[in-house]
Amino acid sequence: MEWTDSGAAEEARKGNQQAFRVLVERHSRSIFRLAFRMTGNEQDAEDMVQETFLRAWKQMHRYDGRASFGTWVYRIAANASLDLIRSRKVRGEMQAAAEGDGAGAFEHVAADAPSPERLTQSNQVARMLGPALEQLSEMERTAFLLRHYEGCGTEEIARALGVHNNAAKQTVFRAVQKLRRALEPAWGMAR
Amino acid sequence: MKHLSEEEITLAYYNELDPAVRAHLDECDQCRAAFEELRRVLDGVRDIPVPERGESYGGEVWTRLLPHLPAEKPRRRWLQWWTVAPAMLAVAVAAFVAGILIEQRHETARGISARARERVLLIAMGDHLDRSQMVLAEVVNAAPGAVDLGDERGRARDLVVENRLLRQTATRRGDLSDAAVLDELERTLLDIANGPANPSASDIEALQQRIEKEGLLLKVRIIGSNVRQEGQQL
Repeated sequence: MEWTDSGAAEEARKGNQQAFRVLVERHSRSIFRLAFRMTGNEQDAEDMVQETFLRAWKQMHRYDGRASFGTWVYRIAANASLDLIRSRKVRGEMQAAAEGDGAGAFEHVAADAPSPERLTQSNQVARMLGPALEQLSEMERTAFLLRHYEGCGTEEIARALGVHNNAAKQTVFRAVQKLRRALEPAWGMAR
Repeated sequence: MKHLSEEEITLAYYNELDPAVRAHLDECDQCRAAFEELRRVLDGVRDIPVPERGESYGGEVWTRLLPHLPAEKPRRRWLQWWTVAPAMLAVAVAAFVAGILIEQRHETARGISARARERVLLIAMGDHLDRSQMVLAEVVNAAPGAVDLGDERGRARDLVVENRLLRQTATRRGDLSDAAVLDELERTLLDIANGPANPSASDIEALQQRIEKEGLLLKVRIIGSNVRQEGQQL
């Protein structure tokens, strides 16, 4: 029998590891994409995927099914990635990466990446995205990531955040405003 | 005409703007320029190249994750135990009463009843110690920082009640060393049950140090092992 996400999550809440396995196998790729976008580093993203599912397993009893499992675990991944970014910042590694030639942060980008100019710009944006996301509140960051990368509508974001639709819409807007201000210099440099 | 606000331009980017308002974008150069500027930034964020992961990636993640997950908790067995507990208690009481009644007629039958009663007690004790060990192990292995003891608190609360009965029984039977360990275990279970679900790093470290200093996990493990052996011999 193939589990739906909600069925598997319900079983996982009871401690069923096979049900949790289904969820891990189903959501790992999207979590990796999110973690890579936030950390800008392949190894860090791999670590974040593992950390995310470890946290999810420990917190399964808190999952109430209000949002989809994918949305819930996405939020955990965003927070885990942000914790890493913060710890890196403390250790000054972010600065070191930004001052490097960029190979460290994006040495494993996809082979079919766009033109060199666009790639340069993307690398610049990627390096700035993690710190820029850090400037957002947890709600703003989650709302933006769900809206921008997962294509979630206002209603689903509202359910995930536990707020009314209008508040969810406002949260996305505030996030976009802040990110725009933080990221615009990347376009200035690439122009 | 009134130009679009920043919020409306953001809504337009995500195709959530009212069509009537959106029509203004096609007619107004100023709003169109603001929209294009925003689109450049947000498209750029989306364009970040991400290394591909194949279909088997989820399985690979699971393989790496599994050794880090705690051993699967035998919740089903635990629930069954709770379901069976009243019946087992009834059997123990029945065996006890039957032993007394039969004792008056057949002296040898008393030994069999007493053995059955002892066996039931040992099974109950072994099961209790197994579950207590799991809770203690979770606490001892918790990494300070983001500890979540919500689940362990609930289990500790249930175990405290059971532990009290077993400790009293051990005292009555004259098993004073078992009673002493059960007493230590009860205090620790009470601390877990009454503590916060998300203890601070210093709280969890203090609890871990106490468990380790008293060698509680090891003591519980040893008694559990002895109890199981005794039960098998009966």
